[in-house]
Amino acid sequence: MLPILSILIFLPLLGVGVLVFLDPKNHKTLKLFTLGLSLVEFLASLPLWFSFDHQTAAMQFVERRAWLPQYGISYYLGIDGFSLLLILLTTFLTPLCVLATWEDIQHRVKEFMICLLALMSGMIGVFASLDLFLFYVFWEVMLIPMYLLIGVWGNPARRVYAAIKFFLFTMFGSLLMLVAILVLYFYNGQATGTYTFDLLKIYGLSIPFHMQFWMFLAFGLAFAIKVPMFPFHTWLPDAHTEAPTVGSVILAAVLLKMGTYGFLRFNMPLFPEAAYYFVPLFSILALIGIVYGALVSMVQKDLKRLVAFSSVSHLGFVMLGLFTFTMPGIQGGIIQMINHGLSTGALFLIVGMIYERRHTRMIADFGGLSTPMPIYATIFMIVTLSSIGLPGLNGFVGEFLILLGTFKTNPVYATIAATGVIFAACYMLWMFQRVMFGQVTNPKNENLKDLSTREIAIFIPLLLFIVWIGVHPNTFLDKTKATTKNFIAMMEKAKGTKVSLSQVFKGEAR
Amino acid sequence: MTLTIPTFSLASIGPWLTLSLGAILILMWDALCAKGQKSFFAEISLLAVAVAGLQTYWLWNKTGTDFARMIYVDNFTFLFYAIILIGTALTVLISRHYLEDYDKDLGEYYALVLFATVGMMLMAASAHMIMIFLGLEVMSIAVYVLAGLFREDVRSNEASLKYLVLGAFASAFLLFGMAMLYGAAGGTLYLDDLAKRLADAGTLMKPLTLLALGLLVVGFGFKVAAVPFHMWTPDVYEGAPTSITAFMAVGVKAAAFAAFARVMFLAFPAFHVEWNMLLWVLAVATMTLGNVVAIAQTNIKRMLAYSSIAHAGYLLVALVAANQLGAVSILYYLLAYTLMNLGAFGVVILVGRKKDSYLSIYDYSGLGFQHPGLAVAMSVFMFALAGIPPTAGFVGKFYIFSAAVQAGYIWLAIIGVMNSLVSVFYYLRITVLMYMKPAEADLGPVTFTPGLTAVLVITAAGVLLIGIFPGFFYNLAVNSAKVFPGL
Repeated sequence: MLPILSILIFLPLLGVGVLVFLDPKNHKTLKLFTLGLSLVEFLASLPLWFSFDHQTAAMQFVERRAWLPQYGISYYLGIDGFSLLLILLTTFLTPLCVLATWEDIQHRVKEFMICLLALMSGMIGVFASLDLFLFYVFWEVMLIPMYLLIGVWGNPARRVYAAIKFFLFTMFGSLLMLVAILVLYFYNGQATGTYTFDLLKIYGLSIPFHMQFWMFLAFGLAFAIKVPMFPFHTWLPDAHTEAPTVGSVILAAVLLKMGTYGFLRFNMPLFPEAAYYFVPLFSILALIGIVYGALVSMVQKDLKRLVAFSSVSHLGFVMLGLFTFTMPGIQGGIIQMINHGLSTGALFLIVGMIYERRHTRMIADFGGLSTPMPIYATIFMIVTLSSIGLPGLNGFVGEFLILLGTFKTNPVYATIAATGVIFAACYMLWMFQRVMFGQVTNPKNENLKDLSTREIAIFIPLLLFIVWIGVHPNTFLDKTKATTKNFIAMMEKAKGTKVSLSQVFKGEAR
Repeated sequence: MTLTIPTFSLASIGPWLTLSLGAILILMWDALCAKGQKSFFAEISLLAVAVAGLQTYWLWNKTGTDFARMIYVDNFTFLFYAIILIGTALTVLISRHYLEDYDKDLGEYYALVLFATVGMMLMAASAHMIMIFLGLEVMSIAVYVLAGLFREDVRSNEASLKYLVLGAFASAFLLFGMAMLYGAAGGTLYLDDLAKRLADAGTLMKPLTLLALGLLVVGFGFKVAAVPFHMWTPDVYEGAPTSITAFMAVGVKAAAFAAFARVMFLAFPAFHVEWNMLLWVLAVATMTLGNVVAIAQTNIKRMLAYSSIAHAGYLLVALVAANQLGAVSILYYLLAYTLMNLGAFGVVILVGRKKDSYLSIYDYSGLGFQHPGLAVAMSVFMFALAGIPPTAGFVGKFYIFSAAVQAGYIWLAIIGVMNSLVSVFYYLRITVLMYMKPAEADLGPVTFTPGLTAVLVITAAGVLLIGIFPGFFYNLAVNSAKVFPGL
């Protein structure tokens, strides 16, 4: 069988190799080449979907090669239901992103495309790695192209600040995670006699609670920053707002998911007792994120910042769902990751398109855009509704499942979270009203051009999936069912540990 | 009275002899040839280094001692030879064009570099305290002179004098420490004998031993530029010719760490708990001060000077760990550091041009799109120094912090990674300037000479390759670290 995952990881790097030798002045060729390559990549990723066996929770498409066997490090790839959807989301969005750069990126196109492809390779690597060392390498490598995307092509005024902030925040968390990985590695080595970074081998390890406690926090910090959970979210509005459109799309759609994915793949299964112990803390942080993100979105004057803060709120839902450890909660969380990728990605594209035309993103500069731009208005409306969770569109499915799962475990949390849905409707619809409806008050808006065919073409696939997930979510839920079941069974074993904090600090908790 | 001369094999010091011969040949050539003739000093030096490298290769896997137990003939020594030789070869390659700019492409420069290299190798091989001192002096005196190579330049004079005065002071400390150790251990300075004599707690806790240990740490601390013995570093690094700064940062540090590690791991293993706390403090202070102060630097050479202090701190972490992995990581890290640091200094020389007129970090503004190749290379070095994968710098740090965690120093590892985070800030700033700031002025042409281009290509490729495929060097290092069975 073809090593599909390796192909997906290294094809973009091969593309980088080719791009280096292309003429930097010929933008068209550069963009066409990247578009072609990302389409090939997408096609190459389709077999993952069709040959995926959704009956089993075992890792599939496994590839394993020795890398540094003396150290127990291997090049070990494989996917299950969780990673399948996220990898497909990545390969699905990248061609759309390349299309979106057509008019947007006009200088240093070659370098931009190189960064984009390198980023893609890193993202797929993160989702496919089953070796802690390999995962860490991809996790860090991916920072560099994203940092450059924000810093070089971002908004001139504050791009450097945003880029450095992004880099340092993420690095801070991941370095502590590195120490925790090492502690885990040596603990596992001493306990079992085999020193390995193989994630699946470490899964079954029973770790004393006080160690789980600290390691959960170390891993959790890295992922919570990436998600981002309140109070580690402050890098996000800056990074999102200053990044170029495509940077924001990828950041929102894929990079944030690495945080939530990290919780699912690493934090919870590795440290199950600690995960249960931290349910209240993380749920409450998630709730704060939901409500706080929504409230802050409401008062934003800048469209892009509004969308950015709405991400904090949406990701809060995901985290809340994951920390229920119930079937609907986790499945909802995963589907909500995809939803957020589609809807928020689309919202950033929408904002980017209006910015290309007007060079402003201030809500106050707009008003009545639906008159000159009817197609734009329609698409914007659908995406807005999807984002606030209208039944029949994708957002509803995710949020409903998450609330269902949460209600089962803690009705109070569910009630508070439900207010988030209402707030979301408030800020999104209010924003939509101010931008699209009413009379055209600003004469500059009178003759805005509606979407071009290229721009519509970007949205059609997005809208297709927005409706598809909304109408028939089972297509996607089925893929994650077995994995989720297995995951919950794994977590169930750890349920019911009662430990107090003082025991942890004294190192008594076993 | 009969005098017995112990048997010895010249082959075990073959590399030293070759380098010394090369140096003498250069001096003779310089003296005998007419001025203005084309010189081949760099070529001769490279040839000597290559032959020495080959001899090291032939020596590989030999074990034991030679010259009446004065030197070790083992893989730990040989791997250090290799690291030092790589450093020397790259230094020679970056030197020529730079020296020609200053009209200082002199024979004595290359001869002194080779002599210093011999001193470094001597330190790496020493089995006796006196040999360490000998090596240290052979190396240091050559480097003092090299730092003052630009006689007309006040800063170069300052560098040389400062290094000489403080260096002599530190040497005295070291020597004094050895003298006390001689007394404490009952009349021996062989490292393996010291280990035996110092094995029991009674001898260990004698004030004399403690004092000796303290003085030794001061002496070594000075050479590796550990805080608080680092005061000379920024001024000397800034004032010395850039090629020599690179040589000091890489070669001198490697040699000093070779001797330092050998003494600590071999002579004082029983003393582990005591010197560990001392080194723990030194390591933390060194990393933190180096990294924090580097943030404030605007001169690239000063920045790299503080960064080199910080890297000494990381290496001290490996010493603190005092396990097999620690020894392995010192070797691996020094190799990685040699490549990435020499590469970075190569870029500094290229960008500096005409007598170092562009040494401010702001001179790197806009480099990214004016000289893409150069900027990519510099970015690789910066990311490597910051310890970001997939570079050798990351793998090196990974080993070091692994060693610390394995030895149970989790806090030290946490402080270490947090220091890496601080360092990311100033390394990243160079890439920010190169890619995200417009050029303040047109940088003008950069003359790529074959030597410098070769260095950049070799080091950048090396940093990436041994970062992505660390297995080969890991095995070499593991093989070499076996000489410390006590760890």
